[in-house]
Formats: sequence, structure tokens, C-alpha cells
Amino acid sequence: MDYLFQQLINGLTLGGVYALVALGYTMVYGIIQLINFAHGEIFAAGGYLGVILLSYMASQGLMDSHPWFGLAFALILAMGYCAMLAMAVEKVAYKPLRQSSRLSVLLSALGMSIFLQNGLMLTQGVYDKAYPTEFTHGGFEWLGVRVSYMQIGILAVTALLLVLLNTLVFKTRIGKAMRATAQDKVMSALVGIHSDKVISTTFAIGAALAAAAGIMVGLYYGSVRYDMGFVPGIKAFAAAVLGGIGNITGAMIGGLIIGMVEILAAAYIPAGGEYKDVFAFVILIGVLYFMPTGIMGENVDDTRV
Amino acid sequence: MAHLCLTDVSVHFGGLQALTEVSFDLRPGEIVSLIGPNGAGKTTIFNVITGVYKISGGVVAYDGQTISGLRPHHILARGIARTFQNIRLFTAMTALENVMVARHCRTRSGVIGSVLRTGCQRAEERAVRERGMAALDFVGLAAHADAVAKNLPYGLQRRLEIARALGSDPTTILLDEPAAGLNPSESRELMEMIQRIAKTGVNVLLVEHDMSVVMNVSHRVVVLDHGVCICQGAPAEVRSNPAVIEAYLGSETD
Repeated sequence: MDYLFQQLINGLTLGGVYALVALGYTMVYGIIQLINFAHGEIFAAGGYLGVILLSYMASQGLMDSHPWFGLAFALILAMGYCAMLAMAVEKVAYKPLRQSSRLSVLLSALGMSIFLQNGLMLTQGVYDKAYPTEFTHGGFEWLGVRVSYMQIGILAVTALLLVLLNTLVFKTRIGKAMRATAQDKVMSALVGIHSDKVISTTFAIGAALAAAAGIMVGLYYGSVRYDMGFVPGIKAFAAAVLGGIGNITGAMIGGLIIGMVEILAAAYIPAGGEYKDVFAFVILIGVLYFMPTGIMGENVDDTRV
Repeated sequence: MAHLCLTDVSVHFGGLQALTEVSFDLRPGEIVSLIGPNGAGKTTIFNVITGVYKISGGVVAYDGQTISGLRPHHILARGIARTFQNIRLFTAMTALENVMVARHCRTRSGVIGSVLRTGCQRAEERAVRERGMAALDFVGLAAHADAVAKNLPYGLQRRLEIARALGSDPTTILLDEPAAGLNPSESRELMEMIQRIAKTGVNVLLVEHDMSVVMNVSHRVVVLDHGVCICQGAPAEVRSNPAVIEAYLGSETD
């Protein structure tokens, strides 16, 4: 029983991270019907900026004296940086193709993904970069379950970001503009919404969430690699499809399910640990085969963003 | 007061000449109707004024400034709002949200402010909500503010389109067949509403097939046929104009 609880906590942590990345896919899909393959690389860029900032702050001794401040600072800076990076990517690679076929934009996204990944490799090297993790040690036992402060931190940040995103999308002017643009670009222009700006904002928000996820994955696993965006990116995409692509709530649920399944499968299926990456794709194939609109998909046209 | 003026406006789609040198204006305080047989170019004119179509000749001016060539959201910001012939609401949003979204161009707060819920963002959101409720109240939909748009009955969806257009505080409103599908009593309410809109100082340009609505509310009527403006004047004049009768009924030699 303790073992199960332990795995559930682990699954929740991982699932939250997938959910954050999945939101970027689903929001962009909702608004311009594009699978943004470069999204995984934005996530990796966030992880890298995190390691650079945290290592620097650690070398200055700041992480020993003010660890939480340092983490928050790195998070906010990385989110801002990735938001700008994604807006630049959108401007260069997608916006000029707004009137072209969806396939052209998709290919452009694939190209962008390769470009960004190789950019990371050239500037940061091909080897793993270790996260400074001294300040992440510690934790507590609760009902026989070992919970690290790191997990608590990741869960708290994930929950906070999900709540903020929900507020933003469903309670504010920007969110209304995003929902309106997702449904009908011509009509939203006619009620005074500048769709290019809204699309750009959508990329920025998705990227900020991915950057936060990148840092948290780096902290959780202790290192980052130039190609770290690929597999989590595809898994998050699977999560978005599972939830019903285009649907924000669906992406959150899909992320949690994929994270849980991956951890539980690794824990309970013999040799499951070695095949843990397989399960997300099994789910992806299963969803595409049996319910292509996903969990929340029946109203995919209505509530997408 | 706002003055909308079309001068020699032409539009063609490939080889199809949709509008040929159409000129008319909408003076402050006026209700003007655009009529004509199907395919005459009425909706095209709306799309030209609101910036959805590019014109191939002529000028559209508003308040003395050229607006042809501007993007739709800029034209809305200048004060021209419209409704659609086939209702185009944001179906998943509530009635109130549909109206609130129309105030986008009149408000400022950005992503950061929205996430942090700054005081000025909250105040702005509250003001937008109040203005939205006022617009719903104006069309008699205040009781349905929280209803999801797609669940509203057809007649109320039509009114919501008008409320959404009014939500942006326009100085001119373009109504594209607002009476389509309404029963006679709903049509009467609509006429009364159009007159109330005009009284608040908003100019109204109306495309309508329901002649009782057109003849009752319009100060002037502009008649189009095959993209050409064949006649304009007071409703009574237009009704007895031989060119108009020919356009609608065909000439006697046919």
C-alpha cells in the first residue's frame, strides 16, 4: 500500500510536468490548428536557462543563503525568455505561412524543432549538464511515503500555474480574446481583436509553462541534455491528444494520466522500467484508434483555445 | 458626429465585378437601408466597410479619414461595428462574455496584469462587465447574461449579435438582415430597437429584405442591383422608382 502511494505521488509529480507541456501544444492547436513540434525544444531551452542561472547563483553562494528566492528568480527569468523565444519562432516560422496549407506550417514546425535542437547542441554541447541540486535535498516521511521537498515544490508550482492559466483563459479580457480567436478569426477581428497579437500571446503563454516544466524536470532528474525536449515533448503531445487536442482542461487531465500510467507501469509491470517510454505511445495509438477526439473531445470545437 | 462616405467603390473577385463605382453616404443621425435582389452586393458592401474585403477602386472614408485598407480591428476601433446575416456568435461563451469580448479594443490590460490580478486590471474587468450588462439590458437580454450563447433561442441570438456590436461603443452600426427569421412581433420589436439605437446617436446602416422594416425605419434607402447603385432617396421615392421596380420584378418586355 505504501508502495502504491509512493508511486501515485511520483506519478502526480511527473504528470503535472507533462500537463504543463501539453498545455502549450493544445493551446496553439486550438488557436491555429498547428501541432507545434518546436514546443519540446522550448521546454529544453527552459531547462537549459535554468541550469545556467542556477549554476551561476550557486557559484555565488546565493543558492545556499536564499534557495527559494534563487529558484523563483530562475523560473521567472526562464519563463520570460522562453515566451520571447516562442514569439520569435512564431513570427519567423509560422506567421508568414498563415495563409498556406496546414502541411506547410507543420513542416516549418518540424524544421524549427531541428534548428532549435541543433542550436542547443552547438551552444551548450552534447553532454549532460548537471543541475545544482544541493539545495533540493530533504523531505519527510508521511504515512510511510517518502515525499521530497522537491516534489512538493514541483507540485505546488504546477498547481499554481494551472490555476493562473485557468483564471487567465476563463476570467480575463486576454482569455476571452483567445477563446474568440480560436472559434472564429474573422468574427473576432470584426469585434476588434488583433488576431496576430492574440496568436503571439498564446505561443508566449504556452512557452512560459513549458519553460517552468523544463526547469522542474531538470531539478527532478538532476540534469539536462540538448535533446531532452524530444521524448517529453512527444509524451506531452500524446497527453494533449488523450485529453482532446485543443481543450485546456483535457490537456491537464491527459498530462496527469500519462504521468501516472508511466510511473505505475514502470512500478508494477515486470521490466516496465525499461519500457516506460512505450506506455505513453501505446496510449496515443489507442486514443487515435478508439476515440480520436480524446476525453474532452466531444466539445472540441467549442471550448478549445 | 460620424460620417461614413463611400466614393466610387469597386470590388472584383478575379473576373467577377461585385461592386461597380458605388457611392453613397451615411450622415450623422441617419438610418439608411441597403436593398436589392440577392447577389446585388449588399453584404459585399458591409465586408468592404469593415475591412474584410480589399477594394479595387474608390475610397471609403469615415469622419473625413480614409479607412479603406485598414485591418478590421482598426476599423472597429474607429467606431464601426457590425452584425452578421447568418448569426456568428462565440457559441461556447455566455451572452455576457460575447458582449465583453467586443470591448477588447477599448481596454488595455495585458497578460502580466491579468495573471497578477492587479487592481487596475480588476477595475477594468469590472467596468467592462458593467458596460456589457448595459448593452444586454438595452436589447432586453439582461436576464440571459449567463446563458451560453448556443443555448439561446434564435430570436435572442439575433439580439445578442446586436448587443455585441453595441458593446464596442460604436458610432456606426451595420446590421446585416437583422429581421431574417423573426416573426412579425419580433420584427416590430426590432424596428423599435433600431430606432432606439439611432436615438443614442449611433448611425445605422441596414441590409434587409423585410420591406415593412425598411420602409418604416429608414430615412433613406439605397438600391443596388448587380453591384451598381441604381437609385437612392427617401423610402417613398424609391418605392415608386421604375428602375427599382424593374430590378425586383423584371421589365415588362421580359
